[in-house]
Amino acid sequence: MKVVLRTPDREERELKGPLRVAELLKRLNVVPEGVIVARDGELLTLDDEVGDQDTVEVISAVSGGRR
Amino acid sequence: MKCRVCGRKAAVEVRRQGQAFCPEHYLEWFEHQVERAIRRHRMLRKSDRVLVAVSGGKDSIALWEVLRRLGYATTGLHLQLGIGGYSQRALEATRRYAGERGLPLIVVDLREAYRLSIPELAELTRRRTCSVCGLTKRYVINRVAVEEGFDAVATGHNLDDEASVLLGNVLHWQTDALVRQGPVLPAKEKLAKRVKPLYLLTEREILAYTLLRRLPYQHEECPFSVGAKSLLYKEALNRIEAQSPGTKQAFLEQYLKRIEPVLQAGLPAGEVALKACERCGYPTTGEVCAFCKTWDQAYRWARKKRILPGESVFAPEPALRFAPERPN
Repeated sequence: MKVVLRTPDREERELKGPLRVAELLKRLNVVPEGVIVARDGELLTLDDEVGDQDTVEVISAVSGGRR
Repeated sequence: MKCRVCGRKAAVEVRRQGQAFCPEHYLEWFEHQVERAIRRHRMLRKSDRVLVAVSGGKDSIALWEVLRRLGYATTGLHLQLGIGGYSQRALEATRRYAGERGLPLIVVDLREAYRLSIPELAELTRRRTCSVCGLTKRYVINRVAVEEGFDAVATGHNLDDEASVLLGNVLHWQTDALVRQGPVLPAKEKLAKRVKPLYLLTEREILAYTLLRRLPYQHEECPFSVGAKSLLYKEALNRIEAQSPGTKQAFLEQYLKRIEPVLQAGLPAGEVALKACERCGYPTTGEVCAFCKTWDQAYRWARKKRILPGESVFAPEPALRFAPERPN
């Protein structure tokens, strides 16, 4: 499957499916609390399964910064 | 995972509450949370004129949308900071949101109002960008609110912002900053009331709301935020939250409920007295406020470096009127 990371810069990865969203994030080393995962605009929960043909977006929710 | 209201397939999980919702019931839940926070802390009255500080990012756009849906009379305020294409795109997202809904928007371009951008201000004063940016934003937002007679300023600060600031202040035991943290800062002479209606919602929950409502927002981060300490604190808190849901909320809420009152009571008699700044008349603890001092210093260097003409003198009164734009 194609994984499009927007964290926030755009980056693409290929992963073998099917996978549960929780496992997908683990493989990408992404903390689930900081992102939303979507497939064709549909928001997914951690127990949803994504297949080999899917394009999945991982969108970062973390913003701001004060140095 | 099923929606706890209707049993349909869930789209968003709120793990800190052990709940999940379908899109329709998530939006309902989210807006109800904001309404509840406003009521619980008496943030706003229905008759209030509210100035919403809008950067164009997801938090401030989501805040504006919820306040609009709850029926508040809102006006947006967007500051053009002059950070290249990033600032341009922030303005575009903000204008698009306001224009699509016919909402009044005040845009203050710092270069038009005060003749320098945030990057120039930071370079000329040799101070950190985020520090002079925060100082300038707070001052201008308050000035617009006071001069235009708004009842309150609403900002998009969320649970992650508040918990990470709290963590930073605790790690360095910054007691003076600790006692100023809270969802409502009451109005004082020439200081507008400030409220944070999203303070108990996480960034993830706000992003889910923004995506489900299909709101235009700027996803890109400020180029100056790279390596920010607050991002490190947010990441650390999110790692704890993943293992122990509800920790961020308990950390902030229990602090506000149990610890802040004790700290307040232990302060030496009363607060530090505020007086009017000699330059601009706005509240400060010293003779001249930090905003006037910083911009004065920037002007001195700008004259020396011939960025501004030799006769340029900093004036705290902006060189423009704070009028809302006509919606696009």
